[in-house]
Amino acid sequence: MTEVAIIGVGLHPFGRFGDKTAFQMGAEAVDLALADAGITWPDVHFAFGGSWEVAQTDPLTGLLGLTGIPFMNVFNACATAASAIQQTANAIRAGVGDVGVAVGLDKHPRGSFKVDPTLVNMPMWYAENGQYVTTKFFGMKINRYCHDHGISQRTLAEVAAKNYRNGALNPKAFRRKPVPTEDILASPMLNYPLTGAMFCAPDEGAAAVVMCRADIAHRYTDTPVFVRASQIRTRNYGAYEVNTSWAAVEEDVSPTVYASRAAYEQAGIAPSDVDVVQLQDTDSGAEVIHMAENGFCADGEQEKLVADGATEIGGPLPINTDGGLIANGEPIGASGLRQMHELVLQLRGQAGDRQVPGNPKVGYAQVYGAPGTAAVTILSR
Amino acid sequence: MQKAIADVFTWPSEAPQLIGSRCDDCGATTFPAEERCPRCGTATMTELLLPRRGTLVSFTTQGFPPIVPYAGDATGERFEPFGVGLVQLDDVVRVEARLTESDPAKLDFGMEVELQVVPFYTDEAGDEILTFAFAPVTDGAPSN
Ligand SMILES: [Zn+2]
Repeated sequence: MTEVAIIGVGLHPFGRFGDKTAFQMGAEAVDLALADAGITWPDVHFAFGGSWEVAQTDPLTGLLGLTGIPFMNVFNACATAASAIQQTANAIRAGVGDVGVAVGLDKHPRGSFKVDPTLVNMPMWYAENGQYVTTKFFGMKINRYCHDHGISQRTLAEVAAKNYRNGALNPKAFRRKPVPTEDILASPMLNYPLTGAMFCAPDEGAAAVVMCRADIAHRYTDTPVFVRASQIRTRNYGAYEVNTSWAAVEEDVSPTVYASRAAYEQAGIAPSDVDVVQLQDTDSGAEVIHMAENGFCADGEQEKLVADGATEIGGPLPINTDGGLIANGEPIGASGLRQMHELVLQLRGQAGDRQVPGNPKVGYAQVYGAPGTAAVTILSR
Repeated sequence: MQKAIADVFTWPSEAPQLIGSRCDDCGATTFPAEERCPRCGTATMTELLLPRRGTLVSFTTQGFPPIVPYAGDATGERFEPFGVGLVQLDDVVRVEARLTESDPAKLDFGMEVELQVVPFYTDEAGDEILTFAFAPVTDGAPSN
């Protein structure tokens, strides 16, 4: 099968940017990715774009150049960017073009807004009754997990503190100040045992990658990063996931576990081969659970791994080196592409103050979201 | 007058039950009632009244007011956190629901709970809207 390489990455900072539109941010992210690849927009054969808030991402072509290329919109909730990555890689394999762009952009409104549960096939009473709240699912899942596997609330705070520390090293992060563990524990309880400071926030931003056929990557770069696996899974019967009013008595594992296993198999890579990791930390409890669901430790080992600093930038299992969602927020369409940006910088040795030592060779990224959709992408030099 | 938030539990009733459905082919059980089986994909579901008692698989608290169309009238400053749980009803199905208890220190994994119909809010017409919630069982009787 045709192999695929990433030859350029671009990231518009994540945060709040006043009147700047999602399209303006998206165009800047693409500009950066094209410059990184040493090409211009007319060199691009096709593109996939994803967003939660805008109706279509292809108006971007009006900012980048109306070159008439195929530009496809993808939408897959929190796996939107991961889907754009997979589709771009697959389109190169299928011969749609030699050079493709995946771009994600979003600008979420501040504070609360109206939701309609029928748009995700849930009854109206589910929202009227106060149950259409994704964060309470995460509270319920980590509460049980802590009970079953001996994880303390302090560990949840330590994971968040680590991500804020990493964000402070990242000039493009939303939250750029370390937050003491005690302050995280003392912040208002949103969904027990998760406090406000343990959650990520919706915000704004954009990210893009340029991919090409691996056999021509040397034309553009001396440091190609190869897409070794890209897998997306939805929930199986028996999984208790976001936005559901019931679950089967017979439990099945989360879709992340299935996506992860399939990705390792596709890549021919084992968890022990991975040097730098990006996990969906919608909240710090999710990072803890995802460590095990992605094969990086057994259930319960996180308590000691976090205490020992294993997941710090200088540790044996560096996780969310750019601050993850907790420090960057989640502009949904761009979030999974931010992960790619970070992994590519790390694998090239270009991550600056937050560079993982020891010349990392393999990077791993996972996203998870409603209503039980997970994606895993594995990259290597 | 009193009205149910939706037609998902038997009411009025001395012993209210949630209204679910069960697949005639494979036995998969859902709440609320569905037309198509989530395991088989076939339209073979029959309505089933669910057991009133169960055990707490997990729980959390809702510490901030859910966004619109949340119907509770105690929002903003007057909002009171409430408990939410995943309750296993015998070996039939697990149901996600509000809990009458909102203090995590008073909730526990495996705790026995029972379905109650409780006042939720008063609508614009002045009707009292009722919802369902699970209450901890102590000494064989619901605690509140
Ligand atoms: Zn069935």
